[in-house]
Amino acid sequence: MQIYLPIAEVSVNAFLLLGLGGIVGILSGMFGVGGGFLITPLLFFIGITPSVAVATGAAQLVAASFSGVLTQFRRKAVDLRMGTVLLVGGLLGAGLGIQLFNMLRAMGQVDLLVQLSYVVFLGLIGALMFYESLRAILRTRRPGAKVVRHKHNWIHNLPFKMKFRTSGLYISVIPPIVVGLLVGILAAIMGVGGGFIMVPAMIYLLGMPTKVVVGTSLFQIIFVTAFTTIMHATTNHTVDMMLAVLLLIGGVVGAQIGTQLGGRLKAEQLRILLALMVLAVCGKLALDLLLQPTELYSLGDIAR
Amino acid sequence: MILRLLMIFLALACPALAEEEVVAGLSQNRVAITANFDGSEILIFGAVKRESPPPGTGPLQVVITVAGPSQPIVVRRKEKRFGIWINTDAVEVDSAPSFYAVATSGPMNEVLKDIEDLRYKISIPRAIRSVGAPMNIADSAAFTDALIRIRSKKGLYQLDANTVNVAEETLFDTSIALPANLTEGSYTARIFLTRSGSVVAAHERTIDVQKVGLERWLFNLAHETPLAYAILTLVIAISAGWGASAIFKYLRS
Repeated sequence: MQIYLPIAEVSVNAFLLLGLGGIVGILSGMFGVGGGFLITPLLFFIGITPSVAVATGAAQLVAASFSGVLTQFRRKAVDLRMGTVLLVGGLLGAGLGIQLFNMLRAMGQVDLLVQLSYVVFLGLIGALMFYESLRAILRTRRPGAKVVRHKHNWIHNLPFKMKFRTSGLYISVIPPIVVGLLVGILAAIMGVGGGFIMVPAMIYLLGMPTKVVVGTSLFQIIFVTAFTTIMHATTNHTVDMMLAVLLLIGGVVGAQIGTQLGGRLKAEQLRILLALMVLAVCGKLALDLLLQPTELYSLGDIAR
Repeated sequence: MILRLLMIFLALACPALAEEEVVAGLSQNRVAITANFDGSEILIFGAVKRESPPPGTGPLQVVITVAGPSQPIVVRRKEKRFGIWINTDAVEVDSAPSFYAVATSGPMNEVLKDIEDLRYKISIPRAIRSVGAPMNIADSAAFTDALIRIRSKKGLYQLDANTVNVAEETLFDTSIALPANLTEGSYTARIFLTRSGSVVAAHERTIDVQKVGLERWLFNLAHETPLAYAILTLVIAISAGWGASAIFKYLRS
């Protein structure tokens, strides 16, 4: 069934969009990542312009994360205090990111920025996660090995300390704000929630327990992506409601299935799966940049 | 000088003074883009009205064009820099129709002289107006070629030779396919009668392509009250998210 999208001004198959939303929803529920890093490139692929894909992806992530976070709340796996601190940084970052996005769009380099950011971030984080989770799995196979969780590093010497009871942490608010800021910029530029960078940052940098990481990142993602949606809609008019609704119908159903699946898998297995997926997307995008494209020319709007 | 001006004037006025005239109709004057719009077809038909028998200056040929609203556009070219393919050169095309179809009753070079094409801007390359490329780009023609190639691939630019049927030098008809990825606006259909490559009569009609119903409402809302639109989108998104969660919770208990 073909459906005409009023803002994107293209006609696409409704079931394709539902399916896309569903797959991304499953990932979102399983890993606590918004799945934006998959949905944005997939939307480019079906012929939706980067600006509409990024803006609409953000709207869809709000819904996917909302249904996910409710489930996490019921499990008491959300650190509200940490979420709020991350959010402060996130909103600042999203504002900056939108400015940068519009500037580069005028210069015709927004696709390059998006692709390069994907390759760099996904590559780094995918490799790091893969290595760490592989080590963790090997460690559990060898009984008797000691697990060191809380390492004392420079982060513990920063000022403005705050107690995060749910996470069992007493650390400075500066690292979470910086993490939030970075994620906010990425949310605006790449149309991602930033879960794929926030989850590892929370585990490895802030030392939060894996159990609360997913819920807390989802909590922060909801507000940052909602803010990004409003900014894109008011400055560029690029949010397509029809597209967002179709993606999210698939997405919310998928998210529920994903949360169930995620509960059954071990944290290490979950992480290695996510790492592999991140590396696969990274590899695909890197190839796009390295190999000669079949069409060297592209069309763009005149910047106003 | 005056003589030349007079000649140009006469040449321009010629189709209006011709003894042949076009009477044309369209299967639809407006195209409604609804939620399940997946392309449309417009039938263009007509007859040639003449007072005297047809002149013997070559067979009657018909050229029909349908053009969407024109917009300026940037064409960018990728080049390998630092090992990766990035956009480097860009050419601004001053005005390119969002949709353009040409249908003729014979091979393009037989039905239309170059000079007439130049005057009426009938063929696809002529319908695109590109004033000048930046000084550093030597092959600006490659950019307009790319524009035509990309849009042709999407079915937005069509050259359909031999698709206009002409019967008895009087009746003609053709159909033009409008693709699903159509943009809104006022489209113009032009009909030219030619003999030995010269235009002897011309006629113009407009077709309104408009979003209707839900599509119209959403589009207006997004452009006129973007904040309300964004909030509505979020409310729908969040209630769907919450709704799904509630349903699943109910199913599990």
